[in-house]
Amino acid sequence: MAEKSGADILVETLLDLGVDTVFGYPGGAVLPIYDALYEHPKIKHILVRHEQAATHAAEGYARSTGKPGVVLVTSGPGATNAVTGITDALMDSIPMVVFTGQVATNLIGSDAFQESDTVGITRHCTKHNYLVKKPSDLAPVVQEAFHIATQGRPGPVVIDIPKNVQVAATEHGSNRARTNTRYQPQTEGDFKAINAAAEMIMAAKAPVLYTGGGIINSGPKASETLRELAELLGCPVTSTLMGLGAFPASSDKWLGMLGMHGTFEANMAMNKADLVICLGARFDDRITGRLDAFSPNSKKIHVDIDRSSINKTVRVDLPVIGDVGRVMEQLIAVLKGRRFATPELGEWWARITGWRATNCLDYPENKTEIMPQEAIRKLWEATHKREPIITTEVGQHQMWAAQHFDFESPNKWLTSGGLGTMGYGLPAAIGAQLGNPDALVIDIAGEASIQMNIQELGTATQYRLPVKIFVLNNEYMGMVRQWQELTYESRYSNSYSDSLPDFVKLAESYDWTGIRIEDPADLESGIQKMIETDGPVMVDCRVAKLANCFPMIPSGAAHTEMLLTEADVKGTMDDQAKALV
Amino acid sequence: MHIHEEAVERHVLAVLVDNEAGILARIAGMFTARGYNIDSLTVADISEDHAVSRITIATNGPPHVIEQIIAQLDRLVPVHSVRDLTESGPHVQRELALVKVAGKGENRIEAMRLADIYRARVVDATTESFIFEITGAPEKIETFVGLMREVGLVEVGRTGVVAIGRGPEPA
Ligand SMILES: Cc1ncc(C[n+]2csc(CCOP(=O)(O)OP(=O)(O)O)c2C)c(N)n1
Ligand SMILES: [Mg+2]
Repeated sequence: MAEKSGADILVETLLDLGVDTVFGYPGGAVLPIYDALYEHPKIKHILVRHEQAATHAAEGYARSTGKPGVVLVTSGPGATNAVTGITDALMDSIPMVVFTGQVATNLIGSDAFQESDTVGITRHCTKHNYLVKKPSDLAPVVQEAFHIATQGRPGPVVIDIPKNVQVAATEHGSNRARTNTRYQPQTEGDFKAINAAAEMIMAAKAPVLYTGGGIINSGPKASETLRELAELLGCPVTSTLMGLGAFPASSDKWLGMLGMHGTFEANMAMNKADLVICLGARFDDRITGRLDAFSPNSKKIHVDIDRSSINKTVRVDLPVIGDVGRVMEQLIAVLKGRRFATPELGEWWARITGWRATNCLDYPENKTEIMPQEAIRKLWEATHKREPIITTEVGQHQMWAAQHFDFESPNKWLTSGGLGTMGYGLPAAIGAQLGNPDALVIDIAGEASIQMNIQELGTATQYRLPVKIFVLNNEYMGMVRQWQELTYESRYSNSYSDSLPDFVKLAESYDWTGIRIEDPADLESGIQKMIETDGPVMVDCRVAKLANCFPMIPSGAAHTEMLLTEADVKGTMDDQAKALV
Repeated sequence: MHIHEEAVERHVLAVLVDNEAGILARIAGMFTARGYNIDSLTVADISEDHAVSRITIATNGPPHVIEQIIAQLDRLVPVHSVRDLTESGPHVQRELALVKVAGKGENRIEAMRLADIYRARVVDATTESFIFEITGAPEKIETFVGLMREVGLVEVGRTGVVAIGRGPEPA
């Protein structure tokens, strides 16, 4: 066996694990690793402009390819800058492994230059984390970290590596069999539970499938299985924000997204269902609205790979622990074994047709200003045949994209759901483009959010990534303004986007193409120009400034208390509702 | 606006974990981060090769919170198993306390007499003080310390509870 440095062992282990792309930013505490990377051109290192962007780019890469995202940053500020993206990945269950440099082991605890307690800081925003104290631990730790990040409910894992551990040499042979890991989550559903689920399904008159990001995490096959299950059950399907794309929006069974900005029919179906089958979702407060009024008359089945998601907010009648893709397959097999025939559910569908007739996603016509919903719809019309990957920032534009951009397949919709991180979209688009070089990748952005990681324009330029940014510029932090309009009598405290840059000139200064669209008449041609232009393009699409995102269930309200249009807005809320986010 | 509170139950959990750096911070931090309560927490390594530690946590919360606490503990990578001893039947709980009492005359005699009744041992004595060592279920220690308060309690140190299920099987 040959002696190798910790840094070399790390890079070789990454190669063994099939890592081809690392998002990172150098600094003193990771110089040995950067030097080892210099020798290994097989690993492509993407130099971002800010460590937060490295983490979101890794998320975008992971979400669009199904492979774990890998990040490399230095100690201290490098590590602390990465914390937002690590937390984002935890909330949205994105597989990610983050390597942070650390001061030498003998300096730990001495407030050394660029020392931070990275393991302490990231303990509760990672699925697991490590401080590696000797080079011989590196290979097994890295292998276990990738296993933990990708198996069970995926999530971020941080590995903090002191500089002397990177430099020190140790024996490292070719015997690199994966260590027997202590982390073995249950993937098969319990047979009794599956049978009980089948019985509940057979007795249901008004069932609904409530699906989430877990289906996407389970892999493309799970999306196929979901389609099969929905056909077999003959029932409607709705999804959380994170689950969009798992079920085709063109299907007649599709109700649209549910929750705070979900469709009337999806929320009403949840409210009136007699059986809710939750597949890889977690009854988040954005979905349930007021808990005591959430789907009051239904039996509930909850399929999740994470036991702690069961009964966390909503008590369910039947938990099934396991991989959602696998459990759906088991369920289909059991139903078929029992000669389950797809029921008519005529009465149920008749009610749904009634709710659909509200056309809840309609928006007011406007001849002089571009309506943001219209812009999204036109963007969809112009691009959907190419099955684009859409990323978003956070705000109204994100919700409008979720409502008006239809997805047919998984891994095409990348958004920050759980943490709601402004600044996610551009780096995520960069990561997605790297993982899918031929795809059309578009970041649907707001003018406020895009400024949070605007420096990444340079990264796209450097690596010749033809990402597109479509800014719905309403000159407001629109979602904040909307809440102020609804809750605080339109007192717009600090929600105006003042002193905006000229986005076209800004784009051009980074060697991007900049396009401005102001007139509704130019919307389609502007979008066309964006798609046809080679290389990265930023579109500054000026939209109606005061448009609101409807439908909306105000925090703390029940699914049946939806605001459908401006006419339903009262402009105030009681303290109970104000206390909710 | 009022903040709503629910009725709570006390539960004792036995948690087997990998004996690795940071494990205690991971567990204690999970409790604080999620707003759970710790009444007491004890930890010591218990396996021959020092690879596994047993943590005994006494906690309280409404039943659905206890259920979450167990699931959240179980989800931590270094956690091997979590047993709710309160839920899984008869078990023995023990705690040790050292209780220092100072006083003269009648109080001193009364302290001695009570210690005798509660089977507390004298482990240090001066002409004006005692240190008692007492072992037992937490309630017994609670009562003893309460009584000592009336006869000159100076300070008390408690180990926190350790617990184990009755019968031949491991919990
Ligand atoms: C990092 C971060 N800070 C603050 C917020 C709170 N927030 C949510 S939406 C929003 C406004 C976003 O404005 P913009 O990007 O212009 O999108 P719009 O709502 O106008 O479409 C803010 C400030 C957030 N989600 N993330
Ligand atoms: Mg805006």
